[in-house]
Order: sequence, then structure tokens, then C-alpha cells
Amino acid sequence: MVTTPVVGWTEQIARARLHVVTGKGGTGKSTVAGALALALATGGKRVLLVEVEGRQGIAALFDTQPLPYSEEKVASAPGGGEVRALHVDVEAALLEYLSMFYNLGFAGRTLRKMGAIEFATTLAPGLRDVLLTGKIKECVTRTDDTGRHVYDAVVVDAPPTGRIVKFLDVTKAMADLAKVGPIKGQSDGVVRLLHSGDTAVHLVTLLEEMPVRETIEAVEELDGADLRPGAILLNRVRPPRLPARSVTAAADGRVDASRVRAGLQAAGLALSEGVLDGLVEETVEHAIRVQAEQRAREQLAEIDLPAVELPEQVDGIDVGTLYELAEVLVDQGVR
Amino acid sequence: MSPLEIDTLIDDPDTRVIVCCGSGGVGKTTTAASIAVRAAERGRATVVLTIDPARRLAQALGLAELGNVPREVSVAGFEPKGSLSAMMLDMRRTFDDMVIAHAGEKRAEEVLANPFYRTISSSFSGTQEYMAMEKLGQLAADGTWDLIVVDTPPSRSALDFLDAPQRLSTALDGRMIKLLTAPARAGGWGIRKVVSAGFGLFAKAVSTIVGGQLLADASAFVQAFDGMFGGFRERARKTYELLRSSGTAFVVVAAPEPDALREASYFVERLAEESMPLAGLVVNRTHPVLAQLPAAKALGAAENLEASGGAPLAAAVLRLHADRVALAQRERRLIARFTKAHPAVSLAHVPALAADVHDLAGLRDIGDQLAGG
Repeated sequence: MVTTPVVGWTEQIARARLHVVTGKGGTGKSTVAGALALALATGGKRVLLVEVEGRQGIAALFDTQPLPYSEEKVASAPGGGEVRALHVDVEAALLEYLSMFYNLGFAGRTLRKMGAIEFATTLAPGLRDVLLTGKIKECVTRTDDTGRHVYDAVVVDAPPTGRIVKFLDVTKAMADLAKVGPIKGQSDGVVRLLHSGDTAVHLVTLLEEMPVRETIEAVEELDGADLRPGAILLNRVRPPRLPARSVTAAADGRVDASRVRAGLQAAGLALSEGVLDGLVEETVEHAIRVQAEQRAREQLAEIDLPAVELPEQVDGIDVGTLYELAEVLVDQGVR
Repeated sequence: MSPLEIDTLIDDPDTRVIVCCGSGGVGKTTTAASIAVRAAERGRATVVLTIDPARRLAQALGLAELGNVPREVSVAGFEPKGSLSAMMLDMRRTFDDMVIAHAGEKRAEEVLANPFYRTISSSFSGTQEYMAMEKLGQLAADGTWDLIVVDTPPSRSALDFLDAPQRLSTALDGRMIKLLTAPARAGGWGIRKVVSAGFGLFAKAVSTIVGGQLLADASAFVQAFDGMFGGFRERARKTYELLRSSGTAFVVVAAPEPDALREASYFVERLAEESMPLAGLVVNRTHPVLAQLPAAKALGAAENLEASGGAPLAAAVLRLHADRVALAQRERRLIARFTKAHPAVSLAHVPALAADVHDLAGLRDIGDQLAGG
């Protein structure tokens, strides 16, 4: 049986201060980003978790009120650390940005109500991403009076794999925008940060065909844009129950029902034919899934990135399970 | 809670449009295709408008290449009593066609060449939804088919299908552009003076950021587009009316996951607000328990077997059964939460298939499941 070499968190990734978390929709990207923020905060660090897509997923995850556009503490980590969260609102970011250069006075809120700001960001779609990455960079590089970084790490719950490179490729987005002026100067710094060793782009995937294919495509795209893939985060990994030697036959529909029946009888279970048939059918479906997962692992092994695994949480995700997932990450070397 | 009577729905000649909606990744396209195949086989002259089908699903429908017009599905072994045509939405071409149909040739050329038009028609969030609506309007006006099954764009939120066209309207209707390019002359907005002054600064700021060229392009586009806009809006309004008519049925699709069911909930509420006709909820990819054996009993027996070291296969079977029971329980809990909030909504369950659908037989299987078989 081939398994993805779980080499865990490498030195190189541990040096990054900006952790961008992407993944196909439905893979649990936001949950993993939350668990990663908690894991990185473990042992006394200060971590900022940033949300950029306006869905208030962090608030739902940590069971808090919807986040305002400010950095709020959402959790304490084991060992004295803390996670703060920021919900970046593009319109607020644009107004904040403009107010650095122009005094808009009271007009800001009215402009917003009229939809003028949304319109400005649709005029130039790249503007949205430039504003968001600009805000992220400001958080990563912010220092206190003593010159120490305010945050030890920043984790971004980023757009899905299909849009991640567009999101991070600020140089390209700037092609849409003015060639001079304040935003140009600022974006040069963003580009430097995103393409440096300070940034790692992690990819969340399930062991299923489509998410794995999108992950592989995203890694190629990231490489092509000179961005740095970090780790593969295998989410919702379920335990294979069948002995490895039985998987292939079972996936073909060959389950030795008489052997199963004998085993069940040995355990004191005398089951009807109908129940036995049902168990066999469930076993075949399980085996087909295990085989598909195996193929997914083989494909992932080819892109040769460090990987960490998170187990399936059958009862769903609440704040408690988030801490458990963070612990699983720490156990695999996340720091 | 009652079962969703999909056959009653598709056999009713008054059902003219079925819209499959739901958040991304829940299997909307497959559901739409399955309903269309079933309707065709039960005698309807059916067309299915798909948005972004997976490659193998497209192949199952014989849609090897992207075409923006419906083509009859002709696949070996498919001889429906009615007929089935299928198409994939080409957003850009639909937009171009619309511009050409509404503008004179010369003006159309001008619009199509405008860089701002190219941005709006290819990457504005909302264009795909608007064009799906436009295409639906065209298919309905065509009159060749008596049932149109529509898949909706893969947005994060199902509500986008209803909201996005409005966003595009705002972007196209020109008031904003006029405000940004010539704020002094944009009277009649009831903007107080202080805001007006702020707007002047804002317009200046935006122009500094996005660059004068882009604003000039946008302004030229809006001027060329101005005469057409009324026609655009009128068509969108007609399609919206079609969606509210009794001949339309919305089928909301969800996976048995908290996020997808939450989106389904929002959508169901929204349809009620807009008086749009809801047929029911399809819960896709469920994992029903196939053997009646309590999980605790299975786990106890598995532990006994493992302790004695014998019968590893039987022990594994018992454990995977217990996993399945737990999963099925979770799914039932999530679905119950939905039905508690929306007790009047009909439901259909479609169990997860072992492999992705890649042929008509697979689509037929799903159709059978939808019909409660």
C-alpha cells in the first residue's frame, strides 16, 4: 500500500510568517485555517486569522458574534497564545485606504450606501485583490513600539484553489490599475512579501478525485507564478477498515460472505441473510472508496510536497473539535 | 414532510421550467441532467441548459465540445419517448449575441471592442447568472421545447442566481459612471451638498487608483450601451416574471452538510419571499444504512473478535458498518434540522454513488432515486 509520505511541517514552512490557506470549495478550508491558527498560537504565540471573502465563517467557526472590521480576540491557545481574527471588508478597506490620502469627510458612508464603492471595485476587478493583499501585508509587517512584530504569524482563509493565483498575483492585477500613484508604491511591497520565504501557500484537499485534481493544478499554477506552495493539508481522512489484502477483491464485489458469516457467528452474532447482504454491500462501497483514496494519495505523492493529515469529525465541527484538530497538527510538527 | 413527487412534476404538461439551484459542489448539474433524461424518456420535449458540467458528465450527454445552442442528445441506447437536447452556456458568446441583437452593427462593433466591455463580459461576478437568465428567456421564447431544465452557476451562495443580475444592472445602467466621470453634472440624485463634495474627491481618488484610461473606456462603453440598456432590462424583467409563473418549479439541491443545508434554507426562504414556486429539496450523496444492525452491537462484536485475534475480515466489516451508522445518523440530524425549520418542503434523497456519473445509465439511476425508487 502506497501512502503519502507524511513528512509534516518542514523547517522552511516553519519560518514562514504568512500562511495562506486555499482549497477547493467544500474541502473544509475555513475549518483547517482556524485549526492551523490555533496550532501556530500554541505555546504563547500571537496569531491573526484573516478572512477575505465576506462570509463571516470565522465567527461561525469560533462561535462568536459576526466580526467587525477590526482585530478581535476569538480564542486562547494552549500555553498562553492567542488567536485574533479579522474580517476584511473590501469596501471598508478601500475607504480606509482612500482616507490615507484624501479627506472624504462624512461622504464615505453615503457613497457606500449608494453602491459607489462596490462599483469602483467592479470597474477594476484587480483592485479588490490589491486592497485585500495590501491589508494582509500591513498586518504581517506591523510592529509595536519596540520594533517587534505584533503578530508571530498571520493565517489567511483565502479564496478557493480556482482563484488563488489570481488573488496572490498582485503584479498582474496592477496591470489593470494606475501605473503611478500611491497604490503602485504600496503594491511593490506586497509583491515582495508574497513571493518571499515569509509566505507559504497551503492547500487543503480531501482524498477525492476532483479536489486532488484541483490541488495539483493549483500547485502548477503557483509554481508558474513564482509563488511558494507550502504543505498539503489532507482533511477529513477516514480510517481504512478493511485489511489491505482484501480491498481490491472487495472493490470488485468479491466479499467472502461465508467467511464474514463465520466470523460474525464466532462473535456471537447470528444475522439474517438480509442483514448479511447489507453488510456485504456496505463493505463493497467502503472498498471502492478506499481504492479511490489510495489513487488520490498516489497522485498527491507525485507533487512531492510536505503533508499533514486531519481526521474526519463525524459529529461535525465545534470549538472543542477545533482545539482537537489543532492538537493533531501540533503533533505532526506544526509550529 | 412529504416526498418530492418528481414524476408528477415532470409529467404535468403545465410544468415548463425546472430550475435546479443550490450552493456550489452539491451536484446541481448532475441533478438537472438526470431530471432532463427522465423527462425525455417519459415523453417530454426537453432541453437542459447546463452551466459548467464536469467533463465526463458532458460526455454522457454527448456534449464533446462547447456549443452555445442546444443540440439533440444522440447516444447509443437512448431512445426517449420524447426528446432531449442539451447545451452548455457560453457566457461571453451569449453576451456578444445580445449586444449584436440590440445594437446596430456599427455600434455593436464599438461595444465589443471596448476593454471595459471585455472585463464586464468575462470576469464580472454576476455576468454568468445574468446570461443564464438571458439564455433561459431565449429558450422559452423559441418554443421548440415544452420543458426546459436549467442548471445554475456554481456560486458560493444559491442566492446569487437571483441577486447577481441586479448587480450587473447597476454596473451597466450608467449612473455610476456618469457620477464618476462628471460628478458635477450628475444632478437629480438628491445628493446633499456635503456628499457631493465628497463624491468629487472620491471620483478623483478612484480615477487616481484605477487610472484615467479605464474610466474613459467605461464612459465610452456606457455611452455606446445607453440605448440598448432599456431592452436589456426589459428582457431580464420578462425572464424574472417567467421564474415567478406557475409553470416554473425550483428544485433546491444540497449535500447533507451543514453549509449546504444552511444555504438551502436561505434559498427556500427567499423563494417564498419572492413568491417563486418551490418543488422541493433534493439531498444528494446521502449514506443510508444498508444493514439493520445497531452500531453499539457491531462495535462490541468487533472488539471481541479483535481481542481473540480471529476473523479480521468480519471485524473490519463490523467496524465499517458502525462508521456508516454514525455517518447516516449525522446526515439524518442535519436534514431533520432543515425539515424542522421548513416542514412544508418536500424531500428526495439520492444516495452517494460509488463513482462519478459518466454515462446515461448513471443519470437514469439518479432519476430513479429521485423518483423514490
